Amino acid sequence: MRIPCPHCGARDVQEFTYLGDAKPRRPEGLDATEAAMLEYVYVRDNPRGPNDELWYHAAGCRAWLMVRRHTLTHVIESAVPTKSAKAGVAA
Amino acid sequence: MNAQPFRLPSGGLVDRTQTLSFRFDGKTYDGHPGDTLASALLANGVRLLGRSFKYHRPRGVLSVGSEEPNALVELRTGARREPNTRATIIELFEGLEATSQNRWPSLGCDFLSVDRLAGSALVAGFYYKTFMWPAAFWEKLYEPVIRRAAGLGRAARFADPDHYEKAFAFCDVLVIGAGPAGLSAALTAGRSGARVILCDEDFRLGGRLLAERREIDGRPAADWVAATLAELAALSEVRTMLRTSVFGLYDHGIFGAVERVNDHVAVPPAHQPRQRGWRIYTKRAILASGALERPIVFPGNDRPGVMLAGAVRAYVNRFGVLPGREIVVFTTGDNGWATVCDLVAAGVRLSAIVDSRSEIDPTFKALAERAGARVFAGGAVEATQGGHHVRGVVVRDSSGKHTTLSCDLLAVSNGWNPTLHLTSHQNGRPIWNEDVQAFVPGTLPPGLAVGGSAAGRFTLAQALEDGARLGREAAVEIGFRPTHIEPIPTTDAETNRVKPIWRVRGGRGKAFVDFQNDVTEKDVELAAREGFRSVEHLKRYTTLGMATDQGKTSNIAGLAIMAEQTGRAISDTGTTVFRPPFTPVAIGALAGHHRGKDFRPVRLAPTHDWSREQGAVFVETGQWLRAQYYPKPGEQDWLTTVTREVLAVRTGVGLCDVSTLGKIDIQGRDTAEFLERVYINGWKALPVGKARYGLMLREDGFVMDDGTTSRLRENHFLMTTTTANAGKVMQHLEFCHQVLWPKLDVRMVSVSEQWAQAAIAGPKSREVLRDILDAVHDISNEAFPYLAAREVTVNGGIPARLFRISFSGELAYELAVPADYGEAMMRALMAAGSPHGITPYGTEALGVMRLEKGHVAGNELNGQTTARDLGLGKMMSSKKDFIGRLMARREALLQSDRPTLVGLRPINNAERLRAGAHFISMGRTANTDNDEGYMTSVAYSPSLGHWIGLGLLKNGPRRVGERIRAVDPVRNSEIHVEICSPIFVDREGTRLHG
Amino acid sequence: MRYSIFSLISQALKGHRGWQPAWRDAAPKPGYDVLVIGGGGHGLATAYYLASRHGISNVAVLEKGYIGSGNVGRNTTIIRSNYLLPGNTPFYELSMKLWEGLEQELNYNAMVSQRGVLNLFHSDVQRDAFARRANAMRLAGVDAAFIDREQVRSMLPFLDYETSRFPIQGGLLQGRGGTVRHDAVAWGYARAADSRGVDIVQNCEVTGIDIVDGRATGVQTTRGPIKAKKIALVVAGNSSRLAAMAGMRLPIESHVLQAFVSEGLKPLLDCVVTFGAGHLYISQSDKGGLVFGGDIDGYNSYAQRGNLPVIEDVMEAAMALWPGLGRVRLLRHWGGVMDMSMDGSPIIDHAPIEGLYLNAGWCYGGFKATPASGFCFAYLVAKDEPHPLAAAYRLDRFATGRLIDEKGVGAQPNLH
Repeated sequence: MRIPCPHCGARDVQEFTYLGDAKPRRPEGLDATEAAMLEYVYVRDNPRGPNDELWYHAAGCRAWLMVRRHTLTHVIESAVPTKSAKAGVAA
Repeated sequence: MNAQPFRLPSGGLVDRTQTLSFRFDGKTYDGHPGDTLASALLANGVRLLGRSFKYHRPRGVLSVGSEEPNALVELRTGARREPNTRATIIELFEGLEATSQNRWPSLGCDFLSVDRLAGSALVAGFYYKTFMWPAAFWEKLYEPVIRRAAGLGRAARFADPDHYEKAFAFCDVLVIGAGPAGLSAALTAGRSGARVILCDEDFRLGGRLLAERREIDGRPAADWVAATLAELAALSEVRTMLRTSVFGLYDHGIFGAVERVNDHVAVPPAHQPRQRGWRIYTKRAILASGALERPIVFPGNDRPGVMLAGAVRAYVNRFGVLPGREIVVFTTGDNGWATVCDLVAAGVRLSAIVDSRSEIDPTFKALAERAGARVFAGGAVEATQGGHHVRGVVVRDSSGKHTTLSCDLLAVSNGWNPTLHLTSHQNGRPIWNEDVQAFVPGTLPPGLAVGGSAAGRFTLAQALEDGARLGREAAVEIGFRPTHIEPIPTTDAETNRVKPIWRVRGGRGKAFVDFQNDVTEKDVELAAREGFRSVEHLKRYTTLGMATDQGKTSNIAGLAIMAEQTGRAISDTGTTVFRPPFTPVAIGALAGHHRGKDFRPVRLAPTHDWSREQGAVFVETGQWLRAQYYPKPGEQDWLTTVTREVLAVRTGVGLCDVSTLGKIDIQGRDTAEFLERVYINGWKALPVGKARYGLMLREDGFVMDDGTTSRLRENHFLMTTTTANAGKVMQHLEFCHQVLWPKLDVRMVSVSEQWAQAAIAGPKSREVLRDILDAVHDISNEAFPYLAAREVTVNGGIPARLFRISFSGELAYELAVPADYGEAMMRALMAAGSPHGITPYGTEALGVMRLEKGHVAGNELNGQTTARDLGLGKMMSSKKDFIGRLMARREALLQSDRPTLVGLRPINNAERLRAGAHFISMGRTANTDNDEGYMTSVAYSPSLGHWIGLGLLKNGPRRVGERIRAVDPVRNSEIHVEICSPIFVDREGTRLHG
Repeated sequence: MRYSIFSLISQALKGHRGWQPAWRDAAPKPGYDVLVIGGGGHGLATAYYLASRHGISNVAVLEKGYIGSGNVGRNTTIIRSNYLLPGNTPFYELSMKLWEGLEQELNYNAMVSQRGVLNLFHSDVQRDAFARRANAMRLAGVDAAFIDREQVRSMLPFLDYETSRFPIQGGLLQGRGGTVRHDAVAWGYARAADSRGVDIVQNCEVTGIDIVDGRATGVQTTRGPIKAKKIALVVAGNSSRLAAMAGMRLPIESHVLQAFVSEGLKPLLDCVVTFGAGHLYISQSDKGGLVFGGDIDGYNSYAQRGNLPVIEDVMEAAMALWPGLGRVRLLRHWGGVMDMSMDGSPIIDHAPIEGLYLNAGWCYGGFKATPASGFCFAYLVAKDEPHPLAAAYRLDRFATGRLIDEKGVGAQPNLH
């Protein structure tokens, strides 16, 4: 696979490390509940189809990317830095 | 002896001016450059080349390419022995040595060959039904016998003496196959300016055109090939790769290929690889891999001398070899007649032509007359006769009458299968096309187009047309504009009608579907009878298509017979999935240079050369090589050395490289806040110029890593991590910042390799340091107390960082300088320390001293322990949120009987402790139910004069003083130990603060 | 028909015309006592043990394709019970004991071959971890031996002892570990279950799970609706998708694991050996092919195929371990989809929906567990209480913190 890094261009998947589903949001602060944290840490949708995923360009620009990738065909639709507004990850 | 008795007097693409001498099964033969081993053996009249997998039946050459199921040999000898090598693609070289395989004692007389009676019991899957009693006999008796009889060739018994390379290529258009379609595609794409790579597995470009007598634009096809190659060579953006098999299509247009750089010579020249494994990154790819001819299933169809009709043409036209003298052709389509035509052109007469079709084209009849051959329209070959090669065939004519014909070569043709394997490497399913009576590519992977025979468009005109079209389309799709469009070349006429028959019924004897794995039509019937009717069940139950040829010549017949048995159409039966690699690939080529010491990169500390000069013994720690200990002459073993090093530190001063620790420079207004969130303890109150021990958890509440972090300036921190977790922590911090809290003003960079760092430890360390620090820096205990951390200068202005931190428990410092000064720093410290007897020490002594002080390290930070387990629970702040806070609170993680860190000492001081021993209470049986924990780390403590250990023990800290058993059944040891505090030396820490 | 050397010879004399289908190709009935969703090794074993141990034979196994088309037919055929943690070791040892009597019990030769599994270690830290594991095995009554470098060399003289980047220090040997002919496990269980009345329904894909008043009552399939008193999901690789039909989300990701086989060779390697300085395990099949496995590709995938980085990684490890393999050729590689759970261990438990049972999360270690998984799952379904040896595999362990994390890598499935 090649991941289209928005900073570095299309790069071989070996340059990246994978974390997984980008959807779960960390429950922040002292008020967060254990139940919400349990869900965040352990429970996944695991779809067969398009999946928003977190990839880290470890051997490149060191950006965390949100990559939309199909889990059956592996076709990548988009890759954006998590820090950008488009990723919708930023709290 | 008549040299090469089956070589035609002229013709072919072999260089008759040169003779190559080679050996097969100990006998010496001659051939020519341009021959394959198969063509050279056939030229010499050698037809028996191997034995089959199961029945050890004699086998000869079936094909002319990489699909060959029968003619497998062991090539070369000794450490270079290559089993299962297809004689049909071995390029002949001077001194080549090959041996037949899977026979005993010899090819001609194989005692393992199975007679008819026993053979009748060895049907598909027979082994699932027997060999079950008694159970213990399987490993001892049945299996060893089966294993010895099975297998094929013998692998080399020694390390491969050749080397391999990995290479990477990038192109706009990859063209796979340099036959008419591929050449035409490469030319069109190349003319547009696209970067083109053209690969072919053969050692000569041209594909089937090398094997056929065809005309293009009214001239011999060879002229067109030559002109095309000349033009391609002139295009600077086109690269042609011979002897290169594209074996797999992976995601996003990445292809795997193997280039046989030096397989056509006896030994690779110095400094050259044997093979090169390629990854080819493409924007578009064109599959022009041609087609594979199908044999016919009839009794005795495996006897040497039965050969594909297209292969016969190739041996005649390309190699100038006539594989037999009395020739019968058995065909179900026009392709068999093309062979007749070429044989006639070569001046050869034929005995008979058997065409299963009842209507014979008048031009073919005329051709048969010129060949002097009888024609059996609507006939079939029902049997072959002979021993180790064909001596005759039994033909059934359309009236059912049998005629026995003498012959030594039977050319068979049953139509062609497109070589579409790469189209299904991403799970694409081929679809049955009634018109061409073959499976053709179904849904294609993104970026791949298929043309010519590979797409089921079998004529030369279609190949040229497809190639030109696909080459242009590929170039246009990625933005190139063809400058001019050349007309597509014209070809001579051809027909390719075929009416395949999937088996000849009525004969007696074994009719093979899969030659190499000895799967017969009866096996397919049995599979159907027993319910193994899905194509995958058929494959797995009978082993059809699982041999080294992966069913290239057998799959379609097998599933066609299954379709017939189950009353389904071929289209409903479907095919099995073609998996990579298309052709078997040497493991060496996939590994490249990554073997031996080069398996993984070696990381060396900036002080490595200094350590080597000091006589260090190095140890692999992950990718790092670290100095383990520094033996002195006369020291008998490592323990003596390590003991000396420890005592030197505890009584004087020692010097140790700690450069491999992870170092992360973190800056920004919110750095303290950021650290608050990633560490379990507090950071906002840490003053500038101070260091603090920090512990971080994973979000699931278990310990991730520890280390000291120093506040160099208000908004500038330097974090250290363990050597092992440096990369993981960096990634984690970037995650926390970029994904969780992007609004925090914080920036970080790894500086692990930018700074060399040394620990100077021991009561005299301050005096040593004073000598190299520039005078302005006061490091008295008052001015530079425990946990002080400051930027300093050494040796007259060299920037450095000094930390008063200690892993050993002694008065100690860590001094960091820019990596390039690392060696100079060590030499300066040694010089300054020599009056004090400074002693270099390695990771072993470091480990002993950390254990004496009860510090946790890798064996305790194993991902299964919590902060509480390690006795560090109190560090967890309750006033802030941090990573792992909530999950660390789960009920089972708070249970008081979780194994918790303790120290252990042997009751008998002479006994040696071992890490990995488990703890059992006195008087209890040693079993899982009574297992209370285990010993994590041990060391011999020179300070105490006995072994000490750390362990994780249920209710541990409350059991100090209790005696328990440390059982180590796998090393036949049991030692009684006393539970104690994990801090063995200087519990009050007075030395540290001295 | 009973299989034996006698039936084989007698059939050979009759041209093998008398063999019967190994199992009936059943059409689904309108309802069953138990529906087992998934005709893989674990599902077929579950059905077999329901019928043979609990007298529940009004059972159907529903398979979307052909039986054995998932991971039971894609793995590297290794069996072992060399586990560390108390939740695991006795369970895998139960499995080993069931393997040891399986062929006689099923009257099907699955070629259970206890040729030994040797895990090599290359560093002091690894040695200590292996010692801890080996001792845990011994405390659980499992065979384990610790052998040194020279003993390894005498067993496997062709490995690299002279030039290796990470020298072999020794190994943990489980002599009772070995290999089993994987497809035959599915077929043997299918035949034995079928003979006890279980319906094996192929080409029957479940498209929905009917839930009425919080209770699972049946399924919708491509061959029509089927009612059931109990529904057992055994669809590793696709557990999340089936669970989603019942409105559940699981602590599981699907990942692809590749496997590799070389061309057939005369016998070279008599045990299973794992390389401790990389991701690699090798054995040799009875047909002569060297069977290799390595690490998962590392990203969510349902594709049953992988990519070059892992292929090359496995081959590099192979050359580093055994430099004589350079000229041996890789014949075929493929992928299977793994249920990678969040702590690397399986789940055998009630689903939070009444009448629904879950067997999932086997990571890349499901094959060796096949008999015990079926045995314990059948027990759970039949008795509505967990089998004592599978009691740790509860779904609520993530909430309680009773994790079974052998590798200690935490809630990141691609690291297990």
